[in-house]
Amino acid sequence: MTIPTDNNPKFQAYAHPEAIVSTEWLAANLGTPGLVVVESDEDVLLYEVGHIVGAVKIDWHTDLNDPVVRDYIDGRAFQSLMNRHGISRDDTIVIYGDNKNWWATYALWVFKLFGHPDVRLVDGGREKWIAEGRELTTDVATPTPKDYPLVVRNDENIRAFRDDVVAHLGKPLIDVRSAEEYTGERTHMPNYPQEGALRGGHIPGAASVPWARAVAEDGSYKSRAELEALYLGEAGLEQGDDVIAYCRIGERSSHSWFALKYLLGFETVRNYDGSWTEWGSLVRAPIATGAEPGHV
Amino acid sequence: MTDSTPPGLVDTREGFLELDERSRLEFLLEFANDLPPLPAHYAEHEDELERVEECQSPVFIIVDVVDDVVTVHATAPLEAPTTRGFASILVHGLTGLTSQQVLACPDDFPLTLGLTKIVSPLRLRGLSGMLWRIKRQVTEKSNAA
Repeated sequence: MTIPTDNNPKFQAYAHPEAIVSTEWLAANLGTPGLVVVESDEDVLLYEVGHIVGAVKIDWHTDLNDPVVRDYIDGRAFQSLMNRHGISRDDTIVIYGDNKNWWATYALWVFKLFGHPDVRLVDGGREKWIAEGRELTTDVATPTPKDYPLVVRNDENIRAFRDDVVAHLGKPLIDVRSAEEYTGERTHMPNYPQEGALRGGHIPGAASVPWARAVAEDGSYKSRAELEALYLGEAGLEQGDDVIAYCRIGERSSHSWFALKYLLGFETVRNYDGSWTEWGSLVRAPIATGAEPGHV
Repeated sequence: MTDSTPPGLVDTREGFLELDERSRLEFLLEFANDLPPLPAHYAEHEDELERVEECQSPVFIIVDVVDDVVTVHATAPLEAPTTRGFASILVHGLTGLTSQQVLACPDDFPLTLGLTKIVSPLRLRGLSGMLWRIKRQVTEKSNAA
């Protein structure tokens, strides 16, 4: 890694301190050659309202999803996206976004599907940067196109499909949706439209750990000890477990996936992006309702 | 079949459709920046406004119907520009119309703006939610008058 990591003491306790940086670190390192800042938001206009100087915008919907099939873009499209944004394979990517980094972690996960070596998350994201009164600009970055290699997307290690979930039943699953979605009272998060799945409930055996429990009030991740109390203590995971996380379409579970993979160091943790909008509509898929995980 | 879309919203739609997709976002941002503040009597009593549950961001609306003329008010946070843009389209496009004209606005208006590829379906549903809540309030308030 050419760009030094953030030696913030909070991060040193994490399994992979090199995967996360603070807003202070980013402010101090802005403009370093080889560092590309990426903003990835839920609100498609937020970047235009103001963003970190030099940051490029990557939209989850228009840039990362295939426009026709429910899937991610292929290697060719990723290559062209990287080139457009002036990103080289050996660049350090630093990602931040709105909503406490939901879409930033989702984008980070997609970068990892393509095996980009050095991708880091800005702890606390856009909200924290703004709360600290740091500078934003509306000047759109005009990067020099680069020569990113064609890389085949590798879904095997960090992405789960529904057949993988079926084969995984009985092993640890983390449902990161709200309590109402988990019990089956709602098929969508509170304050969002009730749509997206034909049945309510959760995948049998899944432990409920709503994504937001992993963050402090300012949107930054909790300390390693607090995260361990949550995932190892309450949810009953054990180091070495093979884990699958899911939510509604895979964005909130990217946030939890990041915590499990990089902060707690689970080697095998996959994000099931089909999530409840697929499972909850799948004919004869087993479902448990109520507050208990239920039996497979 | 004749299009019962109110003329202001027809203009808005034409404005969007004549632009390329990137420029449509900029046009939406112009609307976001042009959402009028709530009048003082509502700004002080935001609890009287109705939350649009279909929207991810906290957006609140209220409709006045006076002598059968509709005025739409809406508020949404600055950090939710897409939602503000949608609210602003409806505030500008429906205010000043008769209740009949507002009620005649087709429910699929949000899907005709050429935004389906650049804004996620969930967002567009938020705009549909705002429209039907406005229409419901217009119905209630014009019946009460």
